[in-house]
Amino acid sequence: MTPLLDVKSLTMTYGGRIGCTDVSFTLYPGEVLGIVGESGSGKSTLLNCLAGHLPPDRGEVIFDTRAGGPRDVLAMSEPERRMLGRTDWAFVHQNPRDGLRMRVSAGGNVGERLMAVGARHYGEIRGAALDWLDRVEIHESRIDDRPAAFSGGMQQRLQIARNLVTGPRLVFMDEPTGGLDVSVQARLLDLIRGLVRRMGLSAIVVTHDLAVVRLLADRLMVMKDGRVIETGLTDQVLDDPQAPYTQLLVSSVLQV
Amino acid sequence: MSDTDYNFAYLDEQTKRMIRRAILKGVAVPGYQVPFASREMPMPYGWGTGGVQVSAACLTPEDTFKVIDQGADDTTNAVSIRKFFEKTAGVAVTEKTAEATIIQTRHRIPETPLTEDQILVYQVPIPEPLRFLEPRETETRKMHALEEYGLMHVKLYEDISRHGEIATAYAYPVKVEGRYVMDPSPIPKFDNPKLESAALQLFGAGREQRIYAVPPFTKVVSLDFEDHPFDPSKAPHPCALCGAEDTYLDEVITDDAGGRMFVCSDTDFCARRRGEAA
Repeated sequence: MTPLLDVKSLTMTYGGRIGCTDVSFTLYPGEVLGIVGESGSGKSTLLNCLAGHLPPDRGEVIFDTRAGGPRDVLAMSEPERRMLGRTDWAFVHQNPRDGLRMRVSAGGNVGERLMAVGARHYGEIRGAALDWLDRVEIHESRIDDRPAAFSGGMQQRLQIARNLVTGPRLVFMDEPTGGLDVSVQARLLDLIRGLVRRMGLSAIVVTHDLAVVRLLADRLMVMKDGRVIETGLTDQVLDDPQAPYTQLLVSSVLQV
Repeated sequence: MSDTDYNFAYLDEQTKRMIRRAILKGVAVPGYQVPFASREMPMPYGWGTGGVQVSAACLTPEDTFKVIDQGADDTTNAVSIRKFFEKTAGVAVTEKTAEATIIQTRHRIPETPLTEDQILVYQVPIPEPLRFLEPRETETRKMHALEEYGLMHVKLYEDISRHGEIATAYAYPVKVEGRYVMDPSPIPKFDNPKLESAALQLFGAGREQRIYAVPPFTKVVSLDFEDHPFDPSKAPHPCALCGAEDTYLDEVITDDAGGRMFVCSDTDFCARRRGEAA
């Protein structure tokens, strides 16, 4: 089986400081990979490098493209990479304000990616937007409201709808449940889990919340100081942590 | 101070040469916004400094010059720019569209079809069609370069979802020669079909320091949706003065009791029709 994403010794430094260094992993179709670590451990840097938002210093990010088979994303031209970002990839930001157009209606937000890849039929775009709002549990009467009028949880669900409407194969998520209260978090996680399973998506989820990866991720990568210190199946890592830092992380979770 | 103290058409020759280079580049890449070193002109920004500079660079002593403002030859802006070039270039001026070789316009295209011997110069306030959707110039330039124009349709989508139709009535975005999306300056969308013209069309934005062009017989397509096609609408009336049914109309309030009339916005066209009828 060809891996969907094959990352080889990715390194990114900010001047003399390490962002992330020598990160390698493979992601197979339908698999969800969790990346955990404390603030400043390099997980967001890694995610932004993978998604093409930051140029890494060294390494390869080989993506199994629909048309051309496995190709190094970093060697692609910018138009190709941005096209990938609109079609096969999706990026869910921690703050929905970064991923939504706040002055455009919910329907326009969902339709933007469709129009960006050439949809020019209003009725069809509107139909797709309604379908996706329904899938993320936003009532169809809210389609012409602006995201500013939505609650935080709704904004996050709208962001997910906007990203998934073009049927991507790989979703990057940066703290998708950050800043939401626990009951909203639970419903959002349930929704994401359902969508990922139904659509057969692969996803890379960056979070510092171990409960999130326990629910979502098949495999887990633990990062500290820009390096990967432990990898394995999620349950295995969380139930039997080997590295001292992972042991600390797991034992730091509050038990209610 | 005598009129001869000015260089021909006010600007110095170096500046005109610089503007002509920008114009040539604009003609070579239709719809592309060429940056140029816009000069201070003896009028405020927003009064046509870009158009005046383009006109100055195009004028020759043999030219006949016409200026219209919202279609009219007799409004303040039109009269003062016409006088400006009468004084600084000593060129012949006219109000008749057919007799002019260079026409500077603010927000209209003349009703009389233009010919290959004419140049139409537009005054442009904001040349960037994506500006109100994406405020970052670095990003809009990248979007033009990579031909990422999905956002333009998001604006049209928003129009339909809110108003039931594409409510953009002026500065209606067009795609030039299948490549660049362009703001045709705030002309009414009624004029958009006339952008496919025999005349050379030049656009000057003084404050924003951009020049762009639509060469003669270039394909200009107004953006739309398949199920909401482009509609060059106008007020559903004939002209109250000349009776024309196919011209763009101004609504004129005539008294305090709600009285109003619709008249041609192109004063020269209307006057000629009335002259022929009389």
